[in-house]
Amino acid sequence: MALMEKHAILEKSPTLLLVSSLLVVTVGGIVEIAPLFWLENTIEEVEGVRPYSPLELAGREVYIREGCYVCHSQMIRPMRDEVERYGHYSLAAESMYDHPFQWGSKRTGPDLARVGGRYSDAWHVDHFTDPQSVVPESVMPKYAFLLEADLDGEYIGDLMATHRFVGVPYTDQQIELARADFRAQADPDGDYGDVEDRYPGAPVGNFDGQPELTEMDALIAYMQVLGTMVDFSTFTPEPSR
Amino acid sequence: MSDEDKRLDEETGQYTTGHSYDGIEELNTPLPRWWLWTFYATIVWGIGYTVAYPAWPMISGATAGVLGYSSRAEVAEDIVAHEAKNASLVDELVAADIAALDPASDLHRYAVARGASVFRAQCSQCHGSGAAGAVGYPNLLDNAWLWGGTVDEIAYTVEHGIRNETADARYSEMPAFGEILTREEIAALVSHVQALPNGGAGGEAETLYLDNCVACHGDNGEGMQELGAPNIADAIWLYGGDAAAITQTITNARFGVMPAWGQRLSDADVRAVSLYVHALGGGE
Repeated sequence: MALMEKHAILEKSPTLLLVSSLLVVTVGGIVEIAPLFWLENTIEEVEGVRPYSPLELAGREVYIREGCYVCHSQMIRPMRDEVERYGHYSLAAESMYDHPFQWGSKRTGPDLARVGGRYSDAWHVDHFTDPQSVVPESVMPKYAFLLEADLDGEYIGDLMATHRFVGVPYTDQQIELARADFRAQADPDGDYGDVEDRYPGAPVGNFDGQPELTEMDALIAYMQVLGTMVDFSTFTPEPSR
Repeated sequence: MSDEDKRLDEETGQYTTGHSYDGIEELNTPLPRWWLWTFYATIVWGIGYTVAYPAWPMISGATAGVLGYSSRAEVAEDIVAHEAKNASLVDELVAADIAALDPASDLHRYAVARGASVFRAQCSQCHGSGAAGAVGYPNLLDNAWLWGGTVDEIAYTVEHGIRNETADARYSEMPAFGEILTREEIAALVSHVQALPNGGAGGEAETLYLDNCVACHGDNGEGMQELGAPNIADAIWLYGGDAAAITQTITNARFGVMPAWGQRLSDADVRAVSLYVHALGGGE
């Protein structure tokens, strides 16, 4: 019983109790979280996943600012019904350049992990402008103001540098040419070859159909790339995971 | 504080814990035994669980667990098991000449039911959950078809899509006449197009129509399905039939895009949804 009586020492010294509980919680945290940083199978290697292009990244900022994640997840779970509706279940590698990730856990609207290429750009414009015009059952709010919000990409290089700081492998060249790439991706009549070289598979187009480069362009560019980076016709998932 | 300090509290008939702070004592009220044993049992269960299922982090991966469970293997098995149930019907559907399928046959009924579920999951966002379409997205219930309404033509459209970036997509592009004609000429054309069901406006407007539009839309506005050129004399309008909408269409042209669903859907799903759309009522 002597050992069982010792807890009185902890209980009578608030500082000691605080430090000790911190230690206990730390051990729990280290055991549960730390291994994910060095376990080789946390993020399997998958071909095709690349950092977001400047325009897509700007669209992602709009997505986060408008709180889209409150109603939309970006995480297809490994279950038959989800795979049938949304496509191949999500891989950790597909969100490895997301800071922060947008997995979400609330689906008032559908999952968006593979929404890229599923609808035309014009549909996205119609739908963002007035969701009920194409989906009468929808409860999504209108985002028509995105068409009026011009973007000039002035700080996009800084944003990419910030993402590089937290581990996204943007090259010096990509950051230097960020603003040019930002404009080129939304101009199908211009020279967009470099954007496609630097960001393979990036959707190019005048996404919102207006001459101005707006937040609508950026958000649709982001929508159209979601889930399209991995070629699942050549991908075989590791079974044990 | 020690065992010696414990005493029987006369008021409650319980022992105290022996703790005494400024003369205030604490009754020893132990947890119910059933609760305590359940708690111990969950610890034992937890240890057993980590042995049975993937849990402990090791050097290169977590322990696999003696049951060999993986969520990926489970979903793969689930999909295989589900497909096996319908395998014979799916094989039949993929092999069948869907254009000649007897609407009274079991296979046709299966295909339409399967197609209905594909349609609701994949197509309804543009064409509407009842397939009535919306402005810019064709109604699939009527018998006005841009690219053809036979089962085979519908299946081609579903598989390859329209004006997307794939090589076999249906493609046509109406010129933006805002760069070719004056505003007055376009206004005249609009009045002619609106009058087409009654034979047209005649005069200069008709000459303009014959010079610019007839190659695709035909002498009487009947359209041409090979080019996806709509019938403009049937009072069915994809982008609206009022003067403003038609002016907009002629001035800037329209360029409706449909994705190539062959990239996302299985052969059986493409065939099933085509039969479903064909069976909605407007199929040719």
